[in-house]
Amino acid sequence: MLLVVEQFLNGLQFGLLLFLLAAGLTLVFGIMDLVNLAHGSLYMMGAYFAATFAAWTGSFLLGAFLALGATLLLGIVLEVVALKHLYGRDHLDHVLATFGLILFFNEAVRLIWGPAGLALPLPAWLTVPVPILPGIHYPAYRLAIIVVALLVALLLYLGVMRTRVGMLIRAGASNREMIGALGINIKLLYTLVFGLGAALAGLAGLMQAPILTVQIGMGENILILAFVIIVIGGIGSIRGAFLAAIFVGMIDTLGRAFLPNLLRQVLSSTAASTAAPALSSMLIYLLMAIVLVVRPEGLFPANRR
Amino acid sequence: MKAFTVSKAVTALMLAGLVLLPLYSQASGNIFILTLFTRVVILALAAASLNLIMGYGGMMSFGHAAYLGIGGYAVGILAQEGVGSGFIQFPVAIAASALYALVIGALSLRTRGVYFIMITLAFAQMAYYVASGLARYGGDDGLTVYKRSDFSGLINLGNRVQFYYLCLACLFGVIFLIWRIVNSRFGLVVQGLRSNEQRMQAIGFPAKRYQLVCFVISGMMCGLAGALLANNTDFISPAAMYWTRSGDLMVMVILGGMGALFGPVMGAVVYLLLEEFLSQITEYWALIMGPLLLLIVLFGRGGIMGLLGRFNRG
Repeated sequence: MLLVVEQFLNGLQFGLLLFLLAAGLTLVFGIMDLVNLAHGSLYMMGAYFAATFAAWTGSFLLGAFLALGATLLLGIVLEVVALKHLYGRDHLDHVLATFGLILFFNEAVRLIWGPAGLALPLPAWLTVPVPILPGIHYPAYRLAIIVVALLVALLLYLGVMRTRVGMLIRAGASNREMIGALGINIKLLYTLVFGLGAALAGLAGLMQAPILTVQIGMGENILILAFVIIVIGGIGSIRGAFLAAIFVGMIDTLGRAFLPNLLRQVLSSTAASTAAPALSSMLIYLLMAIVLVVRPEGLFPANRR
Repeated sequence: MKAFTVSKAVTALMLAGLVLLPLYSQASGNIFILTLFTRVVILALAAASLNLIMGYGGMMSFGHAAYLGIGGYAVGILAQEGVGSGFIQFPVAIAASALYALVIGALSLRTRGVYFIMITLAFAQMAYYVASGLARYGGDDGLTVYKRSDFSGLINLGNRVQFYYLCLACLFGVIFLIWRIVNSRFGLVVQGLRSNEQRMQAIGFPAKRYQLVCFVISGMMCGLAGALLANNTDFISPAAMYWTRSGDLMVMVILGGMGALFGPVMGAVVYLLLEEFLSQITEYWALIMGPLLLLIVLFGRGGIMGLLGRFNRG
């Protein structure tokens, strides 16, 4: 029982983290029609910035806030210097150019921080276990991730659906020439959206940092998971990204936790222990394959343009 | 024979260079250059197979390295299980790649555009994780191939020069095959589908079936490259199908010129030599390579072949 609740919450936490990453990716794709492979690099930079700033200031929270600002800024610089020239180009060009950016970021990190990973230690008040149900404790930090990510998801929803800037963003997504003709500075809007996406990726990275080590290439595997989420959820749909992210986070976490035991009931224990690791890492891709067969455009496709 | 062009001259020069390379290596005693170029030729073969679906078929696969891994693992696993004959290993490598391509292609071709890029990438990553989970065959650490494929005296893969010429023969064979495919009725249909799928379907061609066959052929060619790669390094690990390798292959195709027959060979030679050159200047070669890719995408349309083609008009 304890294990089930714990793994369930772990799945939720991982799913929400994936959502932060996928939301930025799907926003940038839905609005600017840009495929950004370097999104994972922004996630990595968020983690590195947080580890560095936290060490400088001696405060985890201050470090996290500075890192958030730094990734936002980095995203804006990246958009202005390189990526805005790619708008309207072929998707293949996006893939190649941002692949180049990944090489650049990985190498830059190796140059600046060295090849060894960093650690981002948690302050004492975040390491205590919190009782969530009678007799069941859960780490405060993971709980904090869940709360922060849910809050951000809510803010994102309200921001896009209920504010004037959000309205402009949605309008820009459906017709960029028209909104430009109405006197809105669409270029500035794009830069802001890209910065927002970068900040979301940075937030995901810095929140994940204390749980895993901060290392080169940490953004790449999770980026591919974010792709899977976008494919399942439907490109350009934030709602789809949210539901698919939680779904994927749950399946991945629960699969890894419980699949070996389940297999052991069916197969011999040696066969099960051989097959389980490979099978549990395949689960979400199998899920994606099933979704593709049933709904090729994703579960919650955004409105057609 | 059509008129002389700069791109033809450069291609011919490059091919002659590839054929004569072992002579230079023997004469100068520079073994390293032969090892380097064996790798170049094998990856050029993989890039050429990607060019078939990407350049001619318009299918942007970002998971092509999976076949390198599958072909390589077919050789490695069979060798470990005591099957050393290349006459078994190579067909198995190609057949396994075909099977993977058939399943992945049938699923991925339900979508198009960016979805296709992401899905092929995700499936290749799945193959990577499966290979990492193969504890019996080394898992993450990979699998050492203690004995190269045995072609019962016909050709000795342990001999550097013979192995190089085998790889080069495979490359030329595959390019010849691609040339024949592209100019066949089948190839024209596939290229027609790239330009306008709806129109081709309206004429009555079963679009997906043609694309799937093309996807499978390309996968088989790349599986062959994988089998050669495992023999070249005497080693196969999940890293062979890591997604950056798929990215490398894509870059080679674009750099050389998409849809140009010898473009991928040119791309592979330039890309890998550049990588080698930069890594000798600085340990942080990717710091230069990354922005260089960005610049190539922004300003270099049509790749090297396109650039060479411009000389004639200008």
